[in-house]
Amino acid sequence: MLQSMTVREALRDGMAEEMKRDETVFLMGEEVAEYNGAYKVSQGLLDQFGAKRVIDTPITEAGFAGLGVGAAFGGLRPIVEFMTFNFSMQAIDQIINSAAKTLYMSGGQMGCPIVFRGPNGAASRVGAQHSHCFASWYAHCPGLKVISPYTAGDAKALLKAAIRDPNPVIFLENELLYGVAFDDVSMDVDDIAPIGKALVRREGKDVTITAFSIMVGKALQAAELLAEEGIEAEVIDLRTLRPLDRDTILSSVAKTNRIVSVEESWPFAGIGSEIAALMMEEGFDYLDAPCVRVTGADIPLPYAANLEALALPQVPDIVEAVKRVCYRG
Amino acid sequence: MTEVLSKHAVTESQEVELAHPISSKEALKAYHDMLLIRRFEERAAQLYGMGYIAGFCHLYIGQEAIAVGLQTLLKPQDTIITAYRDHGHMLCSGMDPKEVMAELTGREAGCSKGKGGSMHMFSREKNFYGGHGIVGAQVPIGTGLAFAHKYKEDKGVCLTSMGDGAANQGQVYEAYNMAALWKLPVVYVIENNGYSMGTSLRRGVAGPNLYGRGQGWGIPGEKVDGMSLLDVIAAGKRAIDHARSGKGPYILEMDTYRYRGHSMSDPATYRSKEEVEEVKLTRDPIDLFKGYMTTTLQITESQIKAIDDAIKPIVLEAVEFAKTSPEPDPSELYTDVLTEEV
Repeated sequence: MLQSMTVREALRDGMAEEMKRDETVFLMGEEVAEYNGAYKVSQGLLDQFGAKRVIDTPITEAGFAGLGVGAAFGGLRPIVEFMTFNFSMQAIDQIINSAAKTLYMSGGQMGCPIVFRGPNGAASRVGAQHSHCFASWYAHCPGLKVISPYTAGDAKALLKAAIRDPNPVIFLENELLYGVAFDDVSMDVDDIAPIGKALVRREGKDVTITAFSIMVGKALQAAELLAEEGIEAEVIDLRTLRPLDRDTILSSVAKTNRIVSVEESWPFAGIGSEIAALMMEEGFDYLDAPCVRVTGADIPLPYAANLEALALPQVPDIVEAVKRVCYRG
Repeated sequence: MTEVLSKHAVTESQEVELAHPISSKEALKAYHDMLLIRRFEERAAQLYGMGYIAGFCHLYIGQEAIAVGLQTLLKPQDTIITAYRDHGHMLCSGMDPKEVMAELTGREAGCSKGKGGSMHMFSREKNFYGGHGIVGAQVPIGTGLAFAHKYKEDKGVCLTSMGDGAANQGQVYEAYNMAALWKLPVVYVIENNGYSMGTSLRRGVAGPNLYGRGQGWGIPGEKVDGMSLLDVIAAGKRAIDHARSGKGPYILEMDTYRYRGHSMSDPATYRSKEEVEEVKLTRDPIDLFKGYMTTTLQITESQIKAIDDAIKPIVLEAVEFAKTSPEPDPSELYTDVLTEEV
């Protein structure tokens, strides 16, 4: 039975269900408790679970990320909220050197079941320091899993999977999606989505478009416009960036023979670069055209409304890129 | 606000308690553990020179009384974490010297299967949580272990060690703040050996001391003669009791000295030979404790020699094991990156 709710509500429900299920799960971060979340994602959790398990931290990202890692080593399952992932750069040493690498360095002894979550990437008019997409940064690192959902149903089901996962998971949300409702939310407490599986959101035979998070919506809009011009695009919601579901991408391209990747982050060494490499290494014989990347502009994100819009991928950019790989227009 | 204790005040108030701080049996065990570390590290240095050990290798020689003294105070649920100068902590936590040495030589039988090396060893079984290579990063992690103790209500305490160099890292103070705010059962042990790599304390540390740096958060601290096993035990007991009783964190600044360079690749030209010799002659933790054992505890020279004799084969066996054990199988390259789903 699927229900409609916003991404914000779905994330909260996902956390609440897992906290109910497992006493060792707790939430910590800036403003998560008494303020009910800077973006109200943790609304009501303090009332439901109390101050022992919903913990306001000081503004001290490196400190509480490291504390969370230690708590995970010590047998707990922390959910660490970054008010935005921009601030995770303060804590990235703990995330990578401590959370991601220690299992390997210990010969398999020191598992670190922890979720780092929060909004990632550009929101609206908040400038360069508050608009950073960390998808490729974290997806680069072995020892992490990296998830970036689009719909409310996925937000809930993948967050639940992340909390149950025995590994450190980076869970990249999107502020602009928090208030968007989707009617795909499962109310079954044991419904979790598989980490590492992409989803074909729209089937098509002419071209594959890969996207994640908010860009899935833009890709779907582009696909509708393209359909009017007789181009049927297949839209893949990557959902997980590490491990990347290479099979779903490759089997789509085997059918469409063309691919456009869409992401809001910078082009250099981005998720699109990885997909281009995948095409070169394993999809080369399928391709009828070079792959094309649609990315954010290679600049710190500007504040001015017009410049910001120019810097981020828009629906027409995707339409144009698709036409390019289809040798149309 | 909690007053930062001066060493003097502490010493005076604890004289009665110190009358019989350690039994003969405990003393012999502590002596054994300190000497094991000393001999183990000497052999590790040799193996490094011979090329069996590579990369970074930070020896604990000179600082033995700290890890050993504190270890005597721990309960089974307590946890320990430190940075990369970790061999001593591992040996006295009861980890097998063979496995530790085999990790140093990068062999499959090493305690991290040869994947960690000198700086990255762990033992869940012995509650030893590493073995961390980024200066200061172990401090929030240890604070998190303490958080877990409190959350699980297991009455455990986490001993979080750092060097004097780490005491300048910002995240240490982030950890102090949270530990004090939430009254976490953590003892911060600053092993002040006078040098953060090649930078002496006076060139790297503003302010009069490190133990007082918790004052702003109301964390009590004291300076301890880290070369004196008895002082370490006495202060450690105060600190651990404080943390275990729910009063929150405590800082111990252990005044100590490392005899070797920062790592095996450091010739330590930033200090004089005379300075090192002076410490060896007058403050050596093993010699000092030996003196106490013979004079106060009436332990005989032959009892002590029996320990010396017992340690030699343990260390030689570890060396032989570490030299001859196979390297990890190539099939291990991609294992242990992620925990498989359960």
